[in-house]
Amino acid sequence: MSTSSSNTNYVGKAPNRVEGPAKVTGAAKYSGEFEVPDLVYGVVVSSPIAKGKILKIHADKVLSLPGVLQVFSHENVPHQAWFDRNYKDDVAPGGSPFRPLHDDEVKFSQQPVALVVADTFEVARYAASILEIEYKEEKHETDIESQRDKGHAPSKGKSGYKPPSSRGNAAKAIEKAEHRIRHEYIHGTQHHNPMELYASTVHYHPDGKLTIYDKTQGVLNCQQYVTKVFGLSKDEARVINLYNGGAFGSGLRPQYELFLSVMAALELRRSVRVTLTRQQMFSIGHRPHTLQTLEMGTNPDGTLAGLKHYALHETSRFEEYTENVVNWSGMLYQCDNVQLGNQVAALDVYTPQDMRAPGAATGSFALEVAMDEMAYAAGLDPVDFRLRNYAETDQSEKLPFSSKRLRECYRQGAEKFGWDRRPLKPRSMREGNKLVGWGMAGGVWDAQMQKAAAKASITADGKLTVTSAAGENGTGTYTIMTQIAAETLGLPLEAVTFKLGDTDMPEAPVQGGSWTAASVGTAVQKACLAVADKLLKQAKKMDDSPLKGADLEDVEFVNGLIRLRKAPEQSVVLRDVLQVSGERQIEADSTAIPNLLNMARYSMHSHNAVFAEVQVDEELGTIHVTRVVNALAIGRVLNPKTARSQVLGSVVWGISMALMEETVTDHRFGRYMNHNLSEYHVPTNADIRDIDVIFVEEEDPYVNPLGVKGVGELGLLGVAAAINNAVFHATGKRVRDLPIYIDKLL
Amino acid sequence: MNPFTLNRPETVDAAVRSVTGYLRPAFIAGGTNILDLMKENVEHPTHLIGLNKLPLNTIEATADGGLRLGATATNADTAWHPEVQQRYPLLSQAILAGASPQLRNMATNGGNLMQRTRCYYFYDTATPCNKREPGSGCGAIGGFNRIHAILGASKHCIATHPSDMCIALAALEAVVHVKSKDGERQIKFEDFHRLPDDQPERDNTLEPGELITAIELPAKGFAEHFSYLKLRDRQSYAFALVSVAAALELNGNTITDARLALGGVAHKPWRDKKAEALLIGQPATEATFRQAAEAVMKDAVGQGLNDFKIELGKRAIVRALKQATAGEHKAADIFTNSNP
Ligand SMILES: Cc1cc2nc3c(=O)[nH]c(=O)nc-3n(C[C@H](O)[C@H](O)[C@H](O)COP(=O)(O)OP(=O)(O)OC[C@H]3O[C@@H](n4cnc5c(N)ncnc54)[C@H](O)[C@@H]3O)c2cc1C
Ligand code: SF4
Repeated sequence: MSTSSSNTNYVGKAPNRVEGPAKVTGAAKYSGEFEVPDLVYGVVVSSPIAKGKILKIHADKVLSLPGVLQVFSHENVPHQAWFDRNYKDDVAPGGSPFRPLHDDEVKFSQQPVALVVADTFEVARYAASILEIEYKEEKHETDIESQRDKGHAPSKGKSGYKPPSSRGNAAKAIEKAEHRIRHEYIHGTQHHNPMELYASTVHYHPDGKLTIYDKTQGVLNCQQYVTKVFGLSKDEARVINLYNGGAFGSGLRPQYELFLSVMAALELRRSVRVTLTRQQMFSIGHRPHTLQTLEMGTNPDGTLAGLKHYALHETSRFEEYTENVVNWSGMLYQCDNVQLGNQVAALDVYTPQDMRAPGAATGSFALEVAMDEMAYAAGLDPVDFRLRNYAETDQSEKLPFSSKRLRECYRQGAEKFGWDRRPLKPRSMREGNKLVGWGMAGGVWDAQMQKAAAKASITADGKLTVTSAAGENGTGTYTIMTQIAAETLGLPLEAVTFKLGDTDMPEAPVQGGSWTAASVGTAVQKACLAVADKLLKQAKKMDDSPLKGADLEDVEFVNGLIRLRKAPEQSVVLRDVLQVSGERQIEADSTAIPNLLNMARYSMHSHNAVFAEVQVDEELGTIHVTRVVNALAIGRVLNPKTARSQVLGSVVWGISMALMEETVTDHRFGRYMNHNLSEYHVPTNADIRDIDVIFVEEEDPYVNPLGVKGVGELGLLGVAAAINNAVFHATGKRVRDLPIYIDKLL
Repeated sequence: MNPFTLNRPETVDAAVRSVTGYLRPAFIAGGTNILDLMKENVEHPTHLIGLNKLPLNTIEATADGGLRLGATATNADTAWHPEVQQRYPLLSQAILAGASPQLRNMATNGGNLMQRTRCYYFYDTATPCNKREPGSGCGAIGGFNRIHAILGASKHCIATHPSDMCIALAALEAVVHVKSKDGERQIKFEDFHRLPDDQPERDNTLEPGELITAIELPAKGFAEHFSYLKLRDRQSYAFALVSVAAALELNGNTITDARLALGGVAHKPWRDKKAEALLIGQPATEATFRQAAEAVMKDAVGQGLNDFKIELGKRAIVRALKQATAGEHKAADIFTNSNP
């Protein structure tokens, strides 16, 4: 066997999901499915009003039903922690977190106001449905349109919020520009709506300790919340989440089913399960309704003279949720005069929450449609226009990029799509009685890494187990971590088990920001390298070891062997090392931290370019997305299959955002009206046609040791804008508020 | 959801007798609608009579050349039945344009006729709704009414009937067979569903305790020139914003018979005989179709967010009639037609 090829080099290959069989056979357990003895069931009662006071809870009738154990509400909720800081989870925005059942105040429609617990789910649900509650309604405001000109700059915002920075003099530059545009872009509220409902199964052990199976993207975040709120020690509250049926950011913060089920379990000293309904899934955070204005001007040579981008989005009255909506406009293109503004306004709604590419999905939609409008105003092809304004450095951070192959994304995407055959003029392509349009757009997302830890342990039989308290949303984390570990120690995939989602495991960040591959992946690699080091030490002790005198750099772990890089025929069998060592297992812990020096020196981002084709039946206003090409530069691709799946899902999401997805509010009631999956529309199979995914080769030596940038969020960027631009190209009509329903095109 | 009892009779007589003695008895067939309504606390039956053991799931030819569709035959079995496909392709296409394959496998013909409106307010007990709670007001008027009625609405209710199947049945002049413990009767399809007037709580003219046993199709099936055009927010698993069932008989280019029914626009499948009269005897041209479309929408009234349905409805009528004339049956265009 040659040194260059080997069958334990898994990184970059496309093995199937390691958890696939468990998922398709139902063996994979989700939070609301764990079987624990003597379980009782809690059903949440939600507020019908958006604002006011609870006057009275008539619990008597419900309590007299056979099987009902308790009705929890603010009237009898046990004493918990007093200070706001106890309720602040790791990713909470500034302000005062919502405390379920805390007092008689109703702050948003569908606020949980009571929990009915009974010995069967059916009794609990019935009891909850007849629980009478008297309210005193107060005047509410839920419409961001009422807050135009009343927004304010966020005071501090949540972690990760960067106040946008302006440069030059955009107003003057635009005034003097050759061509100018100024438009408003809007999208409504959107809800994450993962398929799996939020649920928590709390196992109350005889010694009073809890094992909590919760739907979350961060078991440690949930554990610290529960311990602070209920005054428990970590050892009394173990939190487990093995699988998520999607989350998309909705599980970054602990949701109220966690508080309610733990509270009930502690009070009743019993195991409790609380599962939200689909309707209640519309009360746990959302992508905020956002209004944006973009203004641009170009010089005669088609370069940007100036750019202004303002955004106003909603937050709740009690927390200041903020998104980086406009910042991207300061870095995606070269422009010396940029003015950016981000504002929020408080409404009587629940606090919005990060949803797949928060801020960027919103901001880049507006930016990239505006870029198209500007290109047309200047008479330029949209790709050509972008190339004329290509940012070679990050002007807002004043840093070079650690790597940026966006130009290659444009080139490869355009080639695959056939962009060069596109007539510039709108309404110039037809197929049958349909107008055909081609549009493109791009995106940029942070390549982030967080501190993460992992533990690796190999047993005498050559089986490796690696653990980290990370989360798996269906993105492929189990698989890529298994690949990294197997490759690092040169083991077959079958010999490696990666475990996650348990607070007893080494610390990992919440699963968000597309940073899991980089952060947990690096930790896994490091832990495996630490094991490798120990193995090498043992190997060197063996009689006649050909590795005597070798350092870790001098050897490679491949195909179950430890061999000399320079003389691969000189090797020892890993299993022999384990046997001879006499150890039952060899293990190592490791923590990976981001390289702060590199972070200070480079701007680290992933980029993409999206090309879309639509067919529009102009008479009937119907739009169909017939083709999408998404070309992405995401550093190293760990598994092209799971990465591609992430992008396919993103494109579907983008089609949804462009054409169908919106939570509609009846502001008279301050209430979301389409709170079910029948009326909250996302695409079906019949809506999806061809999707092409291209991973542009990109090497990034600075971003992290693995060279990965993350893909879960980037793939969505540009999709809605490209479709929007394609609709313009097809029809000559520009729709600036999403989604583009039939009625908006008629 | 409240506690309830269930029985599953094996004969029609036993089924219609089962309603006595219960506070709020209800039939359940596929359960795809009534179970949702129970879970949302919109309906509170105290007793359910399961219909799936009844011998009503057959599809058979009638003596006078028509076809009798059993009430408990599933929507899927009906749509894919060879007789339906060959002789009543309009009906097949309409059924296949509805819901999703999984739902159609469960949903029955009787249940489809009886399905209730998808008005958001009707489903949400936190809001007023005259249909759910007579006298509480209509939440949709002045509210989010993009999916609501433009024809035949009242100041008490502007809901639409959501069925696709029923639009084709209206165009085909089906007859509904019903039975109660007091006897049997037949109801013409146009008399089956009703307009809201001041009794929006009543969707149709079925009396309490009456069971639908079958839907009878007359011999004439318009198998040559027909179209079911459904416009909606996504290609499957969404209710119609506007749908049109168009059926024509042509002699050369002259229309000798015409049927036109609309869905998504009214509290019942909206059949317009006056507009049909404008078509009969005329050449099958766009100008003729436009006249008919204008006639259908003459008295249409928008509620604000659904104003677009008036223009969309007209265009859909013209398009459906064109498609029917062309006789391109293959539903070639999956985007503007059904999703089998
Ligand atoms: C998400 C979703 C999307 C859908 N989309 C569409 C669509 O696009 N187009 C469309 O047309 N439909 C659609 N449907 C509706 C579906 O077609 C109906 O729910 C179905 O036809 C009802 O049939 P069922 O047998 O399940 O009725 P059930 O739910 O069992 O019963 C419904 C009602 O009919 C009564 N009933 C049933 N059988 C009889 C009988 N023989 N005699 C008297 N009363 C009876 C019941 O008492 C009950 O009141 C959709 C449904 C869902 C859930
Ligand atoms: S339209 Fe009819 S069903 Fe809808 S809220 Fe009004 S009364 Fe109720």
